[in-house]
Amino acid sequence: MTKLSRLKDKILHFVKKDKKRSKSQFKRLLFGMKFTDGLVFKIAIYTMLIGLGYIYLYPMMYMISYSFMTMNDIIDVSVNWVPSSLTFENYRIVWQAIDYPNALKDAVILAALPALSATFSSALIGYGFAKYDFPFKKFLMGLMILTFIIPPQVTMMPTFKMYADYNLLGSIKTFIYPAILGQGFNGAIYILIFYSFFKMIPNSLMESAQLDGAGPVKIFTRIAVPLAVPAIIIVFLFSFVWYYNETYLSGLFLRGSDMLTLPLRVEEFMSDYASLYPEGSTARELMQSAKLAGNILTILPLLILFFFTQRYFVEAIDKTGITGE
Amino acid sequence: MTMKAKVKALLKKVISFIEIYIINPFNKYVSAPIRKVIYKAFHSKVIHISFTHITFFNKFKLKRSNKRQQAFTGFGFIFLWIVGYLIFSLYPVFYSLYLSLFKVRLEEYGLDLSFKWFNNYRAAFFTDTNFGEHILNYVLSMLLNVPVTIVFALIIALLINQNIRGKGFWRTIFFLPVIIASGPVIGELMNQGATTLPSIEEYDIIDMVVNNVGSFLANPIQALFDQILFILWFAGIQILIFLAGLQKIDKSIYEASMIDGASPWESFWKITLPSIKPLITVSIIYTVVSMSVFSLNPVTVYIKGFFTRESTAALTNGYGYLAALAWLFFIVMALIILVFVGALNFRRKKAK
Repeated sequence: MTKLSRLKDKILHFVKKDKKRSKSQFKRLLFGMKFTDGLVFKIAIYTMLIGLGYIYLYPMMYMISYSFMTMNDIIDVSVNWVPSSLTFENYRIVWQAIDYPNALKDAVILAALPALSATFSSALIGYGFAKYDFPFKKFLMGLMILTFIIPPQVTMMPTFKMYADYNLLGSIKTFIYPAILGQGFNGAIYILIFYSFFKMIPNSLMESAQLDGAGPVKIFTRIAVPLAVPAIIIVFLFSFVWYYNETYLSGLFLRGSDMLTLPLRVEEFMSDYASLYPEGSTARELMQSAKLAGNILTILPLLILFFFTQRYFVEAIDKTGITGE
Repeated sequence: MTMKAKVKALLKKVISFIEIYIINPFNKYVSAPIRKVIYKAFHSKVIHISFTHITFFNKFKLKRSNKRQQAFTGFGFIFLWIVGYLIFSLYPVFYSLYLSLFKVRLEEYGLDLSFKWFNNYRAAFFTDTNFGEHILNYVLSMLLNVPVTIVFALIIALLINQNIRGKGFWRTIFFLPVIIASGPVIGELMNQGATTLPSIEEYDIIDMVVNNVGSFLANPIQALFDQILFILWFAGIQILIFLAGLQKIDKSIYEASMIDGASPWESFWKITLPSIKPLITVSIIYTVVSMSVFSLNPVTVYIKGFFTRESTAALTNGYGYLAALAWLFFIVMALIILVFVGALNFRRKKAK
């Protein structure tokens, strides 16, 4: 008899313990222990991420959906996100008006050549700053960072006059010359990227090459550049994107020339279009979605580029350690 | 003889032919004279370079130390930058400062200058109501937008830094605006009202806030919500900067603090924030600059307006006025940066 009751006790004890354990397990699952995240926490994080992601992508989605809408859809209040019928009319208008393939070719040339020269020059300059000691180095680097803070409005007029004096206005040279001298658009950032990248390459590599009889130029081209391929790609991509999107200075220096960046060309076409049709006419209503279609056509090449190279963009700051050490 | 040997013999013949008829004459008639000229140039009376010394005019002797050679090559590498700095930064900056003190008119023979002391600056403050208004709005919007950007960038970076799935995916989403945000694109989105969140407007939160505070504060707040997406779109690079900083913090510090009984909240304020403080400074500078220089900023649009259309202001006040405005803008921008960075450092001193 006592044996049986003991067994009963034992079983009951186990059940209790199991209940307790499952409760604590459930609690752990929800709120997490010290070193693992609970379910509540995870859900909170994912909701925040999805919410913020929605905020970030909202304008993009807006652009895409509106660019496919017909006039009736835009006016119709009940049509909110999904157009009632897909129309490529907006794209056709913009494509033909700006002669998209040619405009794209111009825009790519306008972005790629300055980007290439900026990459070349900032690699040289960053290497010089990173690997050599010379008087006034700190001071010069301070000046370099200061050039990032000086807004283009200050230097815009004298530069404009200089270009006008040498008949450079309206040509791509207005962007190549500053870029090849390390003063391009956001030039200081590119130099800093190369600077911190070359800083990470151990000096002993260069020294051993020097012992083998290589001069400074040979060390740079044979050792430093091959090691800096990620930095080169990063700088080229960033400068390409920034030059592609640049409208402030290019609107000034390239005004009235055949070569125009894509955003400017779309803008130009839109203002022509607006002046062609009076306010309130149906064609004017269509302009809204045509504008958005133009925007999509502008950013499409960048999106494609980004799709293939996003690894470099996103890891840029990790890899180059631009964050200051 | 096999085919292979034949080819080999032929190759040998070709190489020796090239050597005799091309390389040797080149060395003799082209390369050697050039080397001779270079040798003469560096072994003359004016400058004489030996293995140990460089002598100028047979008098001034310079030791060829390793340090000097390093400095020389270093300057060689940054030579391009020095030239560029002089042409495209230093000269324009001082030239525009110089012009800002003059009344400048474009004549056929060039610029017509008449010295006016600080008239341009005075005009910008007292006569030109537009500019004052723009600058005031700009300062207010900066004071609001920059902290918002930094805080959101920090929050997003912290979120991505958690142990979540698809880090690369999230990073890509939050970085996307950096790629596509150009002036016309954002301008168009703002025109169409796509930079406001419809769900915020539906709940009248903004109206409530705006009605309860004075119009002085209400206008910037309303502007903030009107373009909240546009502000967030500027946070792409800052998120990456913070993320890189967060990943460099040693995990064992968190573990140690946890064992000592610190809550995640505490460890954020006591560990995370202090260790990424330098990065906050960096991203504040980046935010202020990129937002100020952005081509849709009312101030920059206003300044550029003097250039692109033959506005009456440009004709009456001249280009000197434009230079003065640009300089004022620069000073205001630098002050904003100083205020933010100063506030950050002030707090740090107090905490110690």
